[in-house]
Amino acid sequence: MSRMSCSEALGEAMKIRMRQDPRVMIFGEDVADMGGTYGVTRGFLEEFGPERVRDTPISESGFVGAAVGAAATGLRPIAELMMCDFLTVCMDPLVNQAAKMRYMFGGNISVPVVVRMAAGIGSGGAAQHSQSLEAWVTHVPGLKVVYPSNPQDSLGLLLSAIDDDNPVIFFEHKQLYAKKGEVTSFDPIPLGKGRVDREGRDVSIITYAKQVYTAQEAAETLAREGIEAEIIDLRSLYPLDQELIARTVSKTHRAVVITEENRRGGFGGELSAMIAEELFDELDAPVARIGALNTPAPYAPRQEQYYLPNAEDIVNAVRGML
Amino acid sequence: MAIEKEQLKRMYLTMRRIRVFETEVNRLYAETKIFGFGHLYAGEEAIATAVCECLHKDDYITSTHRGHGHVIAKGGDTRKMMAELFARESGYCKGKGGSMHIANLDLGIVGANGIVGAGQPLSVGVALSIQMRKTDQVCVCFFGDGSTNQGTFHESLNLASVWNLPVVFVCENNFYGISVPQRKHQKIKNVSQRAAAYDIPGVTVDGNDVFAVYDAAMEAVERARAGEGPSLVECQTYRHFGHYNGDPAYYRPAEEVAQWMKKDPIPRLAGYMVEHGIATREEIRGFDAQIDQEIADAISYAESQPFAPVENTLVDVYTDIVEEGRNR
Repeated sequence: MSRMSCSEALGEAMKIRMRQDPRVMIFGEDVADMGGTYGVTRGFLEEFGPERVRDTPISESGFVGAAVGAAATGLRPIAELMMCDFLTVCMDPLVNQAAKMRYMFGGNISVPVVVRMAAGIGSGGAAQHSQSLEAWVTHVPGLKVVYPSNPQDSLGLLLSAIDDDNPVIFFEHKQLYAKKGEVTSFDPIPLGKGRVDREGRDVSIITYAKQVYTAQEAAETLAREGIEAEIIDLRSLYPLDQELIARTVSKTHRAVVITEENRRGGFGGELSAMIAEELFDELDAPVARIGALNTPAPYAPRQEQYYLPNAEDIVNAVRGML
Repeated sequence: MAIEKEQLKRMYLTMRRIRVFETEVNRLYAETKIFGFGHLYAGEEAIATAVCECLHKDDYITSTHRGHGHVIAKGGDTRKMMAELFARESGYCKGKGGSMHIANLDLGIVGANGIVGAGQPLSVGVALSIQMRKTDQVCVCFFGDGSTNQGTFHESLNLASVWNLPVVFVCENNFYGISVPQRKHQKIKNVSQRAAAYDIPGVTVDGNDVFAVYDAAMEAVERARAGEGPSLVECQTYRHFGHYNGDPAYYRPAEEVAQWMKKDPIPRLAGYMVEHGIATREEIRGFDAQIDQEIADAISYAESQPFAPVENTLVDVYTDIVEEGRNR
């Protein structure tokens, strides 16, 4: 057992696999000499050398495409994007290439690539460095999508992502890199398995990544009012643990979905629709869907807070249901 | 690097195989026996043929929307290709890819591609994989002049250069990006000029001259194989058909088309072979008949093959997940 940050846990997962498997390598912006924008690959260059740990030019289409080509021909590369906002400049290799190669080639190829990227609000990152774009990739058949909330899950899920024979988009929330926690297992955590973060009988708060902590804050407030909220941390968005969602909703009969993305067209909408369609008979109230405002992320701190969903939004939604 | 007689005959057969395949495919599209978009390689045969003649079976290629010629030159089976165009289960992609997505890793074909400029980053990754695995393989990246204005072209040449990767960028300059002539889409005259920006060798050759392409490609391939890094080989050529099946290509002046038709690489090679005593006219007629028969057989084979069950739609999205069907 050891205590580490998400940053360290992510690094640990990659080190474990890089020590075992010469096909695993990492490249991306500032991952070598600098050790990564968020320090995740600190010490990698020294341990694994310049062949397997490479700085790239700021050239996202080029190096993400290269990761896909390398994965298709025998490597298991990890590419790191500094921000998920830069998905805009490397969507083709992910959406038209990595996600579709196996399918359009009739199952005769696999693309075991992991593309890691920092996402979400940092502090004052403004409109182009703060986005939560998971819905863009959950929409694409052929991609798996992971978004952990704590060090243990970061480690276990990244191991599984590296082991997976499919392209995996691995989101890492900027405000969670420094988040510390106990790590008791160094084994992979299977993709598609969520976890119950807190048990409760009255309402299910279904979420992932940083919003797990918003949910915890709301659950504390609700507990003081005698309302027991259950928190579900989905951990991976595709494959999605529909069973766990069904189990919790069947237990509490009320669901709040909270995500950090703009509410419109987000993954939260997918979750809400799934619950409404498949668990309608279990529901005692309509699903509440909470997200960020439908604006770009503003820079001014007060506006940034105004833009983001918070615990009060959850508490209000739950009160409205009871 | 003289080409042996037998090798030259093989190259003639390959070029002819591509030509007849494409001519027949054009007819099959017109008769709506096959579907979707087809981009025909006829006219450009010397390039794929000569470049792939420089490659080993385990070398890689990435291809384009105009990919049939590359696949054939890299050793693709015309029966399985035709079956793919007929959307049959025995096609290279089990009928799920069609014309623009034929791939086969056993032959080193990392796929044709429906996105202009998408092959270049993939080829860089393939070359990275070769470099990491420390084999003497190379990757050839085929692309057209139209894609050389995509960011991916520049990003890829830069990355391949910085990492000294074993990749040969082969530009098939057919002077049109769909309907837009080269002079309107870029100011440079030769695409190979762009090599200078990445400090790699760049050369322009007559892409309808199988010998010129072979020499330039062999030099670049050997350089890559020896660990000396990437090169850019521009082969100037011309499409016999429009951009896609059914495109009459009215945007090309008739006189220009006529000039290029005179430079058709196949009669040029046939003429050379006769002139140099490599084959008689009679033998060449025999080669042609052999290929006509092969392609006719490929079509019959394809037409006789079953379609995959519709439930195949749900598999191979992932290696380990079968998607849900619709309840009807």
